[in-house]
Amino acid sequence: MTTPGTSTSASSKSPAAEAGSPSTEARFHYLLRLADTSLVLGQRLGEWVGHAPALEEDLALANIALDLIGQARLLLTYASELEGKGRDEDALAFLRDAPEFCNVSLVEQPNGDFGQTLVRQFLIDAWQLQLYEALSGSSDARLAEIAAKAVKETRYHLRFSSGWLVRLGDGTAESHARAQQAVDALWRFTEELLTPDALDEEMAAAGIGPSLAAIRPRWEERVAAVLQEATLKRPAAARHPWHGKRGVHTEHLGHMLAEMQHLPRTFPGVTW
Amino acid sequence: MSDDWPLFEVFIRARSGLEHKHVGSLHAADERMAIEHARDVYTRRQEGVSIWAVRSSQIVASDPEEAEALFEPARDKVYRHPTFYAIPEEVKNL
Repeated sequence: MTTPGTSTSASSKSPAAEAGSPSTEARFHYLLRLADTSLVLGQRLGEWVGHAPALEEDLALANIALDLIGQARLLLTYASELEGKGRDEDALAFLRDAPEFCNVSLVEQPNGDFGQTLVRQFLIDAWQLQLYEALSGSSDARLAEIAAKAVKETRYHLRFSSGWLVRLGDGTAESHARAQQAVDALWRFTEELLTPDALDEEMAAAGIGPSLAAIRPRWEERVAAVLQEATLKRPAAARHPWHGKRGVHTEHLGHMLAEMQHLPRTFPGVTW
Repeated sequence: MSDDWPLFEVFIRARSGLEHKHVGSLHAADERMAIEHARDVYTRRQEGVSIWAVRSSQIVASDPEEAEALFEPARDKVYRHPTFYAIPEEVKNL
C-alpha cells in the first residue's frame, strides 16, 4: 500500500501532470485531504455528545459534526468513484490506517476542554469557509457542487465558533486564560492550512483547487478580527513540522481511528 | 452551567406568510446564543424559516387567579360570533 505522501510526489512527476492535467490518482488524494479533514473533525465533535456543558451545546456540536460527516460522505463517494477500485465511502472511512489519512493535523488534535474544542473549530471554520468558497468555482463541476453545499454549512459553523471565541475570550478571567492557552497550543497547526505543497499547487494550476497563497490573507484577516474582539493575543508565527495532509500525523489520530473504526473492523460488513 | 443562563422563549415561523408560533424554551447566555440554540434545537428538521427569541422574564403574562374575571364575561356573549346574519341565496361559498 503506497502512502499518500509517496503517491502524491509520484503523481506530480507523471506525464499527465506535466501536460497540465492532474492524474486521477492526484485528484483522488486531493479529495481525500478535503474529505478526511471533515471526517476527522466530525468524529472529534461527536465525542462531545452526552458530555457538552449544556443540552443545547450538545445538540449544536452534534449538528456541526453531522454537517461535516455529510461533507465527508459526498467527498469520499466521489473519491471512491475516481479511484475505481471498489472501495466505497465506508471502506475509505473505516478500512484505511492513519498514514493513509490526509486530513490536516489541526483537526485530529484532542478536544481538550470546551474552549479548546471551540478554538480548534474557529481556526478550521475560518479556513474551510475560504476553501469551500473558492472550491465552489472549481473547474471540477462535481467538486464545485459539493463545495457550494458545504459553504452554507460552514458559514453557520463559523458564526457559531466565532461567537463562542468572543464569549470565552472576553468572558471571565478563567475562560480568557483557557481560551488563550488553546490558541497558543493550536496555533502551530495553522501553518499547514496555508502552506501549499506540490499537490496543492498542482490542483491550483489545474483550476481544481484554490491557491492557498490567496486564502492566507483572507484567513489571517478574519482570524485577527475575531481574536481582537475576543481580547485574545495572536501568537507569533510558527514553523510547521506538521504534514497531516501528506499522511504524517500526530500520535492522536491513530487512537481516534481505533475507536472510530473498531466496530466495522471487528464485524466486517455489519449493518445496524 | 445552563442553570446560570437565562431562559428564552422561542417562536418559529414555519413558512413565509405564516405567523411565528411558540415552540418551546431554552437556556442561552445571550441573545446571539439564543438564536443559535433555537436554530439547533428547534429547526434541525426543517421546522422553520425564521426565529424569534425573547427572554422569558420579558414576557408579561396574565394571572391564572384572575382567569374568571378576565375570561368568564365573554361566555354569554354568543352574539359576538358572526352567526346571526341571514345569508342571501346568491351567496354560494360562505
